Amino acid sequence: MSRSPAAPWLLVSPGAVLFLGLVLVPLVLTVILSFLTYNYDTGIGDSYTLAHYGRVLSDSYYLEIFWRTLRLAFLTTLLCALIGAPEAYILSRMRSPWRSIFLLVIIGPLLVSVVVRAFGWSMLLGSTGLVNAALGVLALGPVRLLYTETAIVIALVHVMLPFMVIPVWTALQKLDPMVETAAWSLGASRFAALRRVVMPQVSIGLLSGSLIVFGLSASAFAIPGLLGGRRLKMAATLVYDEYMQELNWPMGAAIAIIVLLANLVIMLAYNRAVEARARRALG
Amino acid sequence: MQKNGPLALLFHTAVIAFVLAPLVVICLVAFTPENTLTIPTTRFSLRWFRAILDYPDFITAFGNSLWLATIAATLSVAIAVPSALAIDRYRFFGRDALNALFLSPLIIPHLVLGVAFLRLFALIGVTGSFTWLVLTHVIVITPYVLRLVIAALSGLDRSAEQAAMTLGASRWTVFRRITLPMILPGVTGGWLLAFINSFDELTMSIFVTSPATVTLPVRMYMYATESIDPMMAAVSALMIALTAIAMLVLDRVFGLDKILVGEK
Repeated sequence: MSRSPAAPWLLVSPGAVLFLGLVLVPLVLTVILSFLTYNYDTGIGDSYTLAHYGRVLSDSYYLEIFWRTLRLAFLTTLLCALIGAPEAYILSRMRSPWRSIFLLVIIGPLLVSVVVRAFGWSMLLGSTGLVNAALGVLALGPVRLLYTETAIVIALVHVMLPFMVIPVWTALQKLDPMVETAAWSLGASRFAALRRVVMPQVSIGLLSGSLIVFGLSASAFAIPGLLGGRRLKMAATLVYDEYMQELNWPMGAAIAIIVLLANLVIMLAYNRAVEARARRALG
Repeated sequence: MQKNGPLALLFHTAVIAFVLAPLVVICLVAFTPENTLTIPTTRFSLRWFRAILDYPDFITAFGNSLWLATIAATLSVAIAVPSALAIDRYRFFGRDALNALFLSPLIIPHLVLGVAFLRLFALIGVTGSFTWLVLTHVIVITPYVLRLVIAALSGLDRSAEQAAMTLGASRWTVFRRITLPMILPGVTGGWLLAFINSFDELTMSIFVTSPATVTLPVRMYMYATESIDPMMAAVSALMIALTAIAMLVLDRVFGLDKILVGEK
């Protein structure tokens, strides 16, 4: 395969230098920063401490934000799975022009800035917004939606839905539609065919979709920032405030490192789960 | 082929309405003649679009974003194409580690990248520099380009390249005249995807932009947290329109589902 041993290194060297310098080095610097002392009068010190991690993991103010982040990310993942998987299945059974048109409608918003989509939801959910107007007509409103956890979850589901539809759709593409028909003709009920034929195929897409959705929701910034207001913080908006308002960089760095580690742990657990599934499938 | 039942179609309609609702509302509110965020019913007005022209902050930020995304996407392609060639064509020490390093920005939250860059820039004294901002965007968007170019390369029929080699063409000529034209759809698609991702990036940029280099999403975020008036809707509507045009072009030329869903 290789012709001269130097060639590949020449080709990758610009990228390698850039990525080593701007991915590894800054991450290492941030880990170091998170152990540095901080004083509100003198700023960042030069001695090391575990105090920031200690405080983040014991102070109820921080724990509440982490708990909210996990809870909302989990809820978003669950809702995305409940909406995204059936939607992908329905899409896969559509006829040719409609199928690509609606697939485009669902994944297209991915290309629109999150700020724009969050702003759209803040208009819809505001006290004079369309949702409250509709609830008013049904004599159910007005309900305070904006700056609540409900608003954050609704907008997160909206932004994350394509990340769930895409992997499930991809998994369904590998399923021959005739297999489901065959199950029916062999006497399986619709539900049995769905459970025994379609679900196993969907579940792998569902797993990878859930991973992406959970990871992105847990570190989402614009949506809690615009729809949660100043009071309802999530991990990302907390880090931003520590950096930009408190100016306590070491504390912000410690929280960011915890977010990164949590992300990597979930990623590894997911890989384990997929491997275990594959082993079971192979018998 | 099985058909979707009425219940399934009802569900589908609800999902589509949910997906489109915020975008439609923005586009309607943008045309309001009022001072508040209302959906115009009788009169439509372009006053809030005109207001953007008198608010230089958005114009400057738009210019910054356009430059930033263009330079970053181009640099990213310049780095990703040779790297993809090396990763696809050679087996060398550290290949897997490098591949993982190149794709790592996909699994590191942008928030973490943002604070990491901020720390580095503060230490070496380049905070607020446009050049370094470009490099941070290159890091974030290169994984997308790399994946598309590698996919294009691995689907390539090598016989034309081998024929040219046998006929005495130099490696550079083979690359320029044969390989590059053949992977061009992947490269262009990668550039566009990189451009859009760079143009829309908020979470990392908010940490590393200065007032002089502020990008459009950052400016819009700041604006939306401070005051909400229909100008924000007008700017958003313009962004939606631009994205829709880009999407149509992307879809006509490459097939959007191929780029976003990935090749199989």
